[in-house]
Amino acid sequence: MSLAYKHEQVAAIIAAQQGRPGALLPILHDMQDALGFIPPDAVALIATALNLTRAEVHGVITFYHYFRSTSPAKHTIQICCAEACQSMGAEQLVKHAEKRLAGRKDGEYALQPVYCLGLCATSPAMMVNDKLHARVTPERFDRLLKKIGGGS
Amino acid sequence: MSVKIFVPGDSAALALGADAVAQAILAEAARRKVDVNLVRNGSRGMLWLETLVEVQTVKGRVAYGPVSEEDVVGLFEVNFHTGGKHALCLGLTEEIPYLKRQERLTFARVGITDPLSLEDYLAHDGYQGLRKALDMQSADIVQQVTDSGLRGRGGAAFPTGIKWRTVLNAAATQKYVVCNADEGDSGTFADRMLMEGDPYLLIEGMTIAGLAVGATQGYIYVRSEYPHSITVLNEAIAVARRADYLGANILKSGKSFELEVRKGAGSYVCGEETAMLESLEGKRGVVRTKPPLPAIAGVFGKPTVINNVISLASVPIILAKGAAFYKDYGMGRSRGTLPFQLAGNIKHGGLIEKAFGVTLRELLYDFGGGSASGRPIKAVQVGGPLGAYLPESQWDTPLDYEAYTNLWAVLGHGGIVVHDDKADLAKLARYAMKFCAIESCGKCTPCRIGATRGVEVMDKIIANQDRTAQIELLRDLCDTMLNGSLCAMGGMTPYPVLSALNHFPRDFGIGDFGIVKKDAASGGHHA
Repeated sequence: MSLAYKHEQVAAIIAAQQGRPGALLPILHDMQDALGFIPPDAVALIATALNLTRAEVHGVITFYHYFRSTSPAKHTIQICCAEACQSMGAEQLVKHAEKRLAGRKDGEYALQPVYCLGLCATSPAMMVNDKLHARVTPERFDRLLKKIGGGS
Repeated sequence: MSVKIFVPGDSAALALGADAVAQAILAEAARRKVDVNLVRNGSRGMLWLETLVEVQTVKGRVAYGPVSEEDVVGLFEVNFHTGGKHALCLGLTEEIPYLKRQERLTFARVGITDPLSLEDYLAHDGYQGLRKALDMQSADIVQQVTDSGLRGRGGAAFPTGIKWRTVLNAAATQKYVVCNADEGDSGTFADRMLMEGDPYLLIEGMTIAGLAVGATQGYIYVRSEYPHSITVLNEAIAVARRADYLGANILKSGKSFELEVRKGAGSYVCGEETAMLESLEGKRGVVRTKPPLPAIAGVFGKPTVINNVISLASVPIILAKGAAFYKDYGMGRSRGTLPFQLAGNIKHGGLIEKAFGVTLRELLYDFGGGSASGRPIKAVQVGGPLGAYLPESQWDTPLDYEAYTNLWAVLGHGGIVVHDDKADLAKLARYAMKFCAIESCGKCTPCRIGATRGVEVMDKIIANQDRTAQIELLRDLCDTMLNGSLCAMGGMTPYPVLSALNHFPRDFGIGDFGIVKKDAASGGHHA
């Protein structure tokens, strides 16, 4: 298996945060920021550095929705599915997005639900990669999709 | 002379294209050789008007909105930079009724100042509370906060002063102040707007809390869905530290307080205070049993003050203007103001800071202007995903903690989500159970198993399978969750579920005379 990241990089991230109280979440965040995900073989290194068991580290990674153990899709589209966005048609927006993204190549797009982006007075809301969008109509969704290179 | 133009840098404005508007203004100004001083302020909270552009004139700030990138050239054509008339012109910002009718104590500066300018903060009465606190004994600070009647704005409404006194009286070598900025409730965005729009206010409030209880380290636990808040807070903390408002010797007083931002990771239950402590310690966000109270054994086992963003941000004005000033607002045992957040299917959604006692109807119609869809409003969920759905018969009750308790509802964090008559409350009740199943930490059985069974029961009710028995089962299940759960996650999920069932029985297939069957002809909808 060819690694997209260097072992030293992982070690450096751990070393930089190791001494902080409650260091595990900051380490996981730094790692995901740098590599896009938390490599499964980093678990043992983190566990050793923090004097935890691998099970504990694995437990934390899998508890939180935000952390992932595989590399992300090229574009991540998160549509808010919480109540405020539901009241303004989030469900229809999700259906529209699913239709538009159906049959795309694996690893190109990831469509995920998210529960509240704090844009509840300008619903429905979504996040595309790291950018926020509010009052998203199906037309606006199509324009944004086209902008990131997914228009048909 | 340069023209001062304000374009919000708040997340909601950014999500509606504020960056593009700002860039277009700078480009057009350069082309026309107009000297512009562009300030990225917080949002005024009139979110249907975002992007709201303001221009400083001799008469005051003039507002234009909602402005999109394409409007900018036209605005320059009418010399908006000197307050020129335009279809998007809203007149003087301060005179807009939505703003003028508010009582902004905590949000006094938000939208007005440059969030990251410490000079601006100081020029607008910033750090006056801290200056007073530095000359006071810890117990006296706690007394002021107690006397103000401030109660936890995160939802639980526990008296802040009492909480602080417990931490003050706990003997320990190290104590902590933790700010709960895990604002996960749908329909709430006050914490986010405050962190992005006036970060020094939160920093000041936390510093005062530290002085009050003898804590020297603070953490702000911010959810990962709020990246802009995290950036703004980190920058503001760095500026405050450089100017000696944080650090080992605050304003040469010999007192110290350090502050750090910690990022959550997408777990709703981490907004529950003990789950948040676990998360801060680097563990799974699993709820702790109480006792011990966090005030006695909190983060890293030490006495810890845990307060919501708005609670802490309300403290500086209490210290600066006195407990009596703050207590003068509100009604009954709900003193001061609450930043209400009007969201969902509403025409004029946004942030409305008002004294307790205003009614839902006033907020929905006088401020909100009715639903966004133009259809009748059917149900309003107050207090987040764990709050009750209120039918129209309850909209005239004053928004007050006790009055809402009497309705078997909760004010919570002041989030208000509006649904029009197309909403199916049975579906929303199912969603409440599903959300609980997704977000349950898994520690206690009523929540972990109950929520999953709740979804199944709701599915059967919706599909009209043995409906009478299933509704009885749902009530029984809710009773178990209410009384047997370890925290509010499972313990309050019955609020939306049962309020939906009790107030909107037709959506569950129950008519006025008991159970009715949904048949194909009615399509499952009842008038």
